Amino acid sequence: MPKYVIGPAADLQPGQRLIAEVAGRKVVIFNLGGEFFGLFNRCPHQGGDLCMGRTTGLVEAGPEPGQYSYSRRGEILRCPWHGWEFDIRTGKSRAEPDRVRTKRYEVEVRPGKDLFDGPYQAESVPVVIEKDYLVVEA
Amino acid sequence: MNASMAGGIDCDLHPAVPGIAALVPYLDAQWADAVAQRGVHDLEPTSYPLRAPLTSRPDWRIAGAKPGSSPEQLCSQALDGFGSRAGILNCLYAVTTLFSEDMAAAFARALNDWLAAEWLDKDARLRASIVVPIQSPELAAAEIERRAADRRFVQVLLPCLADQPLGRRSLWPIYEAAARHGLPVGIHAGSTYRHPVTPVGWPSYFTEDYVNQAQGFQTQLTSLVCEGVFSKFPTLKVVLIESGFTWLPAYLWRLHKYWRGLRMEIPWVDRPPPEIIREQVRFTLQPVDAPVDGDALLRILDQAGSDELLLFSTDYPHWQFDGQDALPPLLPYSLKTKILIDNPLATYPRLKEDFA
Repeated sequence: MPKYVIGPAADLQPGQRLIAEVAGRKVVIFNLGGEFFGLFNRCPHQGGDLCMGRTTGLVEAGPEPGQYSYSRRGEILRCPWHGWEFDIRTGKSRAEPDRVRTKRYEVEVRPGKDLFDGPYQAESVPVVIEKDYLVVEA
Repeated sequence: MNASMAGGIDCDLHPAVPGIAALVPYLDAQWADAVAQRGVHDLEPTSYPLRAPLTSRPDWRIAGAKPGSSPEQLCSQALDGFGSRAGILNCLYAVTTLFSEDMAAAFARALNDWLAAEWLDKDARLRASIVVPIQSPELAAAEIERRAADRRFVQVLLPCLADQPLGRRSLWPIYEAAARHGLPVGIHAGSTYRHPVTPVGWPSYFTEDYVNQAQGFQTQLTSLVCEGVFSKFPTLKVVLIESGFTWLPAYLWRLHKYWRGLRMEIPWVDRPPPEIIREQVRFTLQPVDAPVDGDALLRILDQAGSDELLLFSTDYPHWQFDGQDALPPLLPYSLKTKILIDNPLATYPRLKEDFA
């Protein structure tokens, strides 16, 4: 599959997100503490723009009803329309992970010097050897 | 008798206490005397006014006595009449409306002992629900403990609309005791009238009260799911009695939808609520709130997603249908068998011991 160069990795700091157009589709890319993840920017429910959603942590049940466990702050994305939760790392919904999910895109960081050879598509992004770039496979 | 109904298990029969005097022999001496000294009158529930048409079918009324007050007549009309192999007595005498926790507990004890002696001992086909003083969950659990050894008591009975949402943790001692003894919790239509029977205040007419019971059931079911009763007690079965069930498809869809967006509020609800309800909640058949002569009922059950939800009931002596028409006629034979026999046996472990 072709790989698309999105932009300099340094432009997307931990906790930030950006929206990119990849092979005609909008993909929202997140930096979670230095790891990068891409999700199709469309909620499988009714098509809300996921890039506009708030991030939260993962709420899970504690030992008893009324007790909560809260982890992975910033790694769960809620659709801005109806609040459905998606795991940024997998694209799966938290409520029904096997049934409801948004497409996940592999994001990697490549040094600029690699990008002058195929299969990278970088027509719209000027690439210099000295920088690292975000690359999405689609 | 309708041959196609033979061998069914009637999961909602209403024995009537003839009058407060009938309970006096079963009350502790102090409370027996208090009935006379305080002038305690009959505790017939307001939900079923004696002369209201719904309260009894005309052919099931008894001249000069309350409908449902004769064990012989109940067994003859409700069990022989439909060929049922067993029936569950849900006594609606209104001990759950008393304000005193201790008085309610005393009257519940008397009522259950009266049921055992005056009804269960008289016909081997009869079973009963344990009436509990919901006013005090601890005393209610104690009453379950006291009566659970008598395995003819097959269920714990709660009113649909009491003082608070039924999922609240303060009520969990009742669910803990019920689950431990393999007793489903039956929630029956009716109110203690502590709160309005509609969410927006008191209505003027009986019709409004009765129609709104379905909303009350939905509220209680949502509470039980969201507060985590089914998560905490995964073996507990809840039976909604006289709730109707044709509202289920829209209700399940709505609950599922809001859970998807608000799951993080109640993470102990760790799977779609319709799955939980299909596994742990059952519904008695009568009253059937749908036309019975088309395929509407089948479509509704298909949308509800299970053929295990319904339990046969006549709701004797309440007037929900005429003649022998307890079971909608156009259901497939296999579904009729499930409703009449298989589903009740799967719901009530104590019935399975004796009537499988």
